[in-house]
Amino acid sequence: MENVEDNRQALRELLFTAPDCLQYLSGVILFEETLYQQASNGKSFVEVLKEGGVIPGIKVDKGTVDLAGTDEETTTQGLDGLGARCDQYYRMGCRFAKWRAVLKIGENLPSPLAIQENAYGLARYASICQQSGLVPIVEPEILVDGEHDIEKCAAITEVVLAACYKALSDHHVLLEGTLLKPNMVTPGSKAPKVSPEVIAKYTVRTLQRTVPPAVPGIMFLSGGQSEEEATLNLNAMNQLDTKKPWTLSFSFGRALQASTLKIWSGKKANVAAAQANFLARCKANSDATLGKYAGDAKGAGADESLHVANYKY
Amino acid sequence: MAALLKPAVSLASSQFMGQVLKPAAASSSLATPQQYASLSVRAGPYADELVKTANAVASKGRGILAMDESNATCGKRLASIGLENTEANRQAYRELLVTTPGLGDYISGAILFEETLYQSTLAGKKFVDCLKEAGIAPGIKVDKGLVPLAGSNDESWCQGLDGLAARSAEYYKQGARFAKWRTVVSIPNGPSRLAVVEAAWGLARYAAISQENGLVPIVEPEILLDGEHNIDRTLAVAEEVWSEVFYQLANNNVMFEGILLKPSMVTPGAECKERVTPEVVAEYTLKMLKRRVPPAVPGIMFLSGGQSEVEATLNLNAMNQSPNPWHVSFSYARALQNTVLKTWGGNPEKVKAAQTALLIRAKANSLAQLGKYSAEGESEEAKKGMFVANYTY
Repeated sequence: MENVEDNRQALRELLFTAPDCLQYLSGVILFEETLYQQASNGKSFVEVLKEGGVIPGIKVDKGTVDLAGTDEETTTQGLDGLGARCDQYYRMGCRFAKWRAVLKIGENLPSPLAIQENAYGLARYASICQQSGLVPIVEPEILVDGEHDIEKCAAITEVVLAACYKALSDHHVLLEGTLLKPNMVTPGSKAPKVSPEVIAKYTVRTLQRTVPPAVPGIMFLSGGQSEEEATLNLNAMNQLDTKKPWTLSFSFGRALQASTLKIWSGKKANVAAAQANFLARCKANSDATLGKYAGDAKGAGADESLHVANYKY
Repeated sequence: MAALLKPAVSLASSQFMGQVLKPAAASSSLATPQQYASLSVRAGPYADELVKTANAVASKGRGILAMDESNATCGKRLASIGLENTEANRQAYRELLVTTPGLGDYISGAILFEETLYQSTLAGKKFVDCLKEAGIAPGIKVDKGLVPLAGSNDESWCQGLDGLAARSAEYYKQGARFAKWRTVVSIPNGPSRLAVVEAAWGLARYAAISQENGLVPIVEPEILLDGEHNIDRTLAVAEEVWSEVFYQLANNNVMFEGILLKPSMVTPGAECKERVTPEVVAEYTLKMLKRRVPPAVPGIMFLSGGQSEVEATLNLNAMNQSPNPWHVSFSYARALQNTVLKTWGGNPEKVKAAQTALLIRAKANSLAQLGKYSAEGESEEAKKGMFVANYTY
């Protein structure tokens, strides 16, 4: 399908008007264009979501740029004029925001510079959001790319999250009014896979060591996992009998949309089937937040890896 | 979860270890392999035992008896009941405490001063054995006291890192299983950023060394009660201090499942005109803990810092009215010993009565840990405040 505004509008309409889906979603993160779009009946997408009990959120970062003197590490832009933009987004009905910082694991990576710079950017963004009434989702994504094992991912995620919460504290961010969007702790994309139970144990251990209980919710990114993998991992975490004073939930992009997109293929005739598939994935993830997913929502493509190297979005 | 703490791969085979420094290319990272040397797991040789000890001390309905007064401070206690500060008197008093029958029902750990760690009852039984048999973990004060912090606003820092590894190993051999290091932060003096960072760094180094040698570190940055500041100011300072402490603990690769905290409660300063209820102390203190303490930490054992015995118990009780993600309990010295000392008065005939007094306070705090304490029937002595300005011990 061509990347034109009409097609982007059609995709979002398919998702937001899918019958019975919105009950499983507490929030939807929008891109700025989508914030100003309407459904074909003339109702704004923001209205459609609100009527469905879903809180509209907005991506506010302006993408990543290279950090000079590093081994292709990046920082995230978007602080200039952010306060004014947030005020406008609030007026449009948004009540939360999202900013994606990106780090990667490699030989001597992530560097202390990249960690500090990205943590600082997240803290500044969070502080500005709260001043404008938007709950900041704090997203320090450590890419899954690499050959490292799960132990290394755990160790680095701990270091990154510790730096993030130090920065948030230094910037006087109200933790009770934030959400965290971390990567799950997994082996690298080129390393042997492990079971959902192992991913769950390492991930929750990492969070227990770094995330203060004042943070109400941890909404995992799917980071290239297949739809089914992401759901199974989330489910395993919610079944663990251990200290979890925060909600463990999902903030999935590809892992909620991929197979739906395929089924739709841009054809009106496929909309109903695509929406039914989307409903299945939403319900599956809802069940996973309760530790009740029975693994029965597999549709076409649910097992396909959605990993794209060095992912940007 | 304890099984997870063993390294799945040995440190030597980790991808970070064993790397040689490559010649810097124009665009190479500024980091060096050594900065990631022990990143793969936060576990030394004693990981499992540390977790076991920490969880035993942080067990339901129990808390810590802090009896690690330095000889000088113990002297003050003895003087208050007309006794000379001799080793025999110190031994007699500590024997009274550690041989109290049934103490282990309410006390999970006892912090000792070095002299006491090596003492025995008059009949020749080691104090550490008395404690262990009672189900009480022996702990040891390892810091070497506070000294002026040069370049600060008349603030202090805590000494004790020199030779700490060797000392800790010796204490472990003697039977200690946890350690304690008390540093202080003063609100009337700032606190300055220097004092806060130094307090955090010292605690972090001590904690790492303790764990390396088999001792669970109790992490104690006491925010002194002295001052006219209100409770909001205390909250802001406490948040800053604990943020720095956890950040430095993480930088020193300390394993959080194997530490305990000993914070001061969040209260108004001693000279502040606005007093608050235990419920408000609980609300502020829990708010601070939830904002700063990762759930991996098994137990938070509050210091009493000059509160009266009853105040300290009421405040603890208020904090345990609903479930917390960590064990919330006590590590009291004066708030457990005040009435005991006065009851004993140095008289051998009063030992049983004094031990009973200790059990009364220990049980009261045990109930407070369970959220079930009521102040009805408490003696007047127990309600007396024990604030001493600029307290050193």
